[in-house]
Amino acid sequence: MNTTEKNSVLEVQNLSIGYKAKKKATEVAQNINFSLASGELIAIVGANGVGKSTLLRTLANIQPNLSGTIFLNQKELSSYKSSLLATSLSLVLTEQLPTRNLTVKEIIALGRQPHTNWIGTFTANDIKHVKNAMELINISDLQEKKCFELSDGQMQKVLIARALAQDTSLIILDEPTTHLDIYHKAYILKILKRISEETNKTILFSTHEIDLAIQLCDKMVVMNNNEVLFDTPEQLIEKGSFSKLFPNDLINFDKKTQTFKVNK
Amino acid sequence: MKNSITYRLSYGILIIVLFGVFFINIGLGSVSIPFKEVLIALTGGEVSKESWKYIILNYRLPKAFTAILVGSGLSLSGLLMQTLFRNPLAGPFVLGISSGASLGVSLLVLGSSFIAGSSLLAVSSASIAIAASLGSFLVLMAVMVVASKIRDTMAILIIGLMFGSITTAIVSVLSYFSNSEKLQQYIFWTFGSLGDLSWNALLLFSIIITLGILMSIYSLKSLNSLLLGENYAKSLGLNIKKSRFLIIIATSLLAGSVTAFAGPIAFIGLAVPHLTKQIFNTTNHRILLPAILLYGAIIMLICDTIAQLPSSDYTLPINAITSLVGAPVVIWLLTRKRKMIF
Repeated sequence: MNTTEKNSVLEVQNLSIGYKAKKKATEVAQNINFSLASGELIAIVGANGVGKSTLLRTLANIQPNLSGTIFLNQKELSSYKSSLLATSLSLVLTEQLPTRNLTVKEIIALGRQPHTNWIGTFTANDIKHVKNAMELINISDLQEKKCFELSDGQMQKVLIARALAQDTSLIILDEPTTHLDIYHKAYILKILKRISEETNKTILFSTHEIDLAIQLCDKMVVMNNNEVLFDTPEQLIEKGSFSKLFPNDLINFDKKTQTFKVNK
Repeated sequence: MKNSITYRLSYGILIIVLFGVFFINIGLGSVSIPFKEVLIALTGGEVSKESWKYIILNYRLPKAFTAILVGSGLSLSGLLMQTLFRNPLAGPFVLGISSGASLGVSLLVLGSSFIAGSSLLAVSSASIAIAASLGSFLVLMAVMVVASKIRDTMAILIIGLMFGSITTAIVSVLSYFSNSEKLQQYIFWTFGSLGDLSWNALLLFSIIITLGILMSIYSLKSLNSLLLGENYAKSLGLNIKKSRFLIIIATSLLAGSVTAFAGPIAFIGLAVPHLTKQIFNTTNHRILLPAILLYGAIIMLICDTIAQLPSSDYTLPINAITSLVGAPVVIWLLTRKRKMIF
């Protein structure tokens, strides 16, 4: 037990998430417990509106939690200053960038901001990180391209490279595979898998690609309406956790093929 | 690294152009003075006519410097606002700075007709500058107080515009009850003027503008991370409220001092950032900032030279020229490119 706690990157205990407005708290999910080790790839799955984004926003310190504790690298998340947090946690969001007139290299270089001085001077180390990030994700040939020239899939790779260049122990991605075709969905998830293996970073992402996540992830967080489960995909299948994800009037989880089948 | 050499070359060319238009601006005017004499006067030599020397050193030279400060200051503050509000229509005056200044000046000029013994309140260029500063400062403070209570940056933009409407309404009421002489005086102020500054005022003006530029340089990093949107900027460790405050203060120093010393000069602040972004084809602030300062100064000097109507006795209002000359250029630039990229 002690050894797993030592290399735990993100530790969540009795977490309750939701929104506070005028003293009244609306709880979205409660009793969330999990511990993520370095080098792991973890997916958060659940139906629309179950609180995946709220959980990610809470873990990224964008919104406060209602109760419970979150430890990032053995330090309580709420005690991080934003400048320090930026060196431990990087994000890939679903929102579009307001500017499209930056080159791929410039976008990725922005990931180095938490490490540069007040005016943003690049050291040899910064340049190395940007180069490595581009090489790892295989987009070195795109580096001088402008963002408006990229396809959705390429843009997603650039944003992942930016998070990678930020060089944090934890990367959180909000639905990184939306708007992509099935090939690129698998492609992006494979990249995430490779990054977690090669760089020993912990990667946590929310997704609707449950079947792909089952095949690729080390662990999964399954969010149902009344409980949040955390285990390896095999154990979760064994326990029948995926069958409770959706109302079973339309689709059912097939244990054998590990996919959802439409009722006929 | 090929890029940085290209950019440096562009800066070099722009600096040479700036010197060029600077000398042309000083050389041309209602009184025609040979260029050779202008150069002699500038280098402190003996000019054949004493009046020429006086015109150049005490009139044209401060006016050219004012044009540079006004052009650079307005353009940079326009860039700051466009990035902060992620809105290509934002300009230096969206926070109500110019409407605040208008309110101050209109209260001084138009309101004086309501106060008994108004002759005590001498309407000089100094008192106008003070009234403009006070007015824009008050409106800006009001905007900032409201802004500190809200998290959404877009709401600040709308609140700034609302304050603008309120002050415009007050100015309308004041104008309605004023006599034509006062009204004319006020209208003349709204035309803008580069020629009213003494060397002392110019010194103060340049100190404030420099301060604004330094604050913008300090904000370069946050400006660039804001290009990714506020959520990404936050995840990069940016303190949004603090950097927003700093950017707004820098804008107020730049646009506020311009309005106080030269009147509400339109167009430059909105157009030059777009012009520069199209020409340099980037939104990276490290590249844009020096380019925008140079372009702003060059365009303002050109506009002022045209407004002089060289070798005629007339001078056109600078505010009209900036739009007349600048707007077609921007329209041409934007239509020339098929794709609009901000």
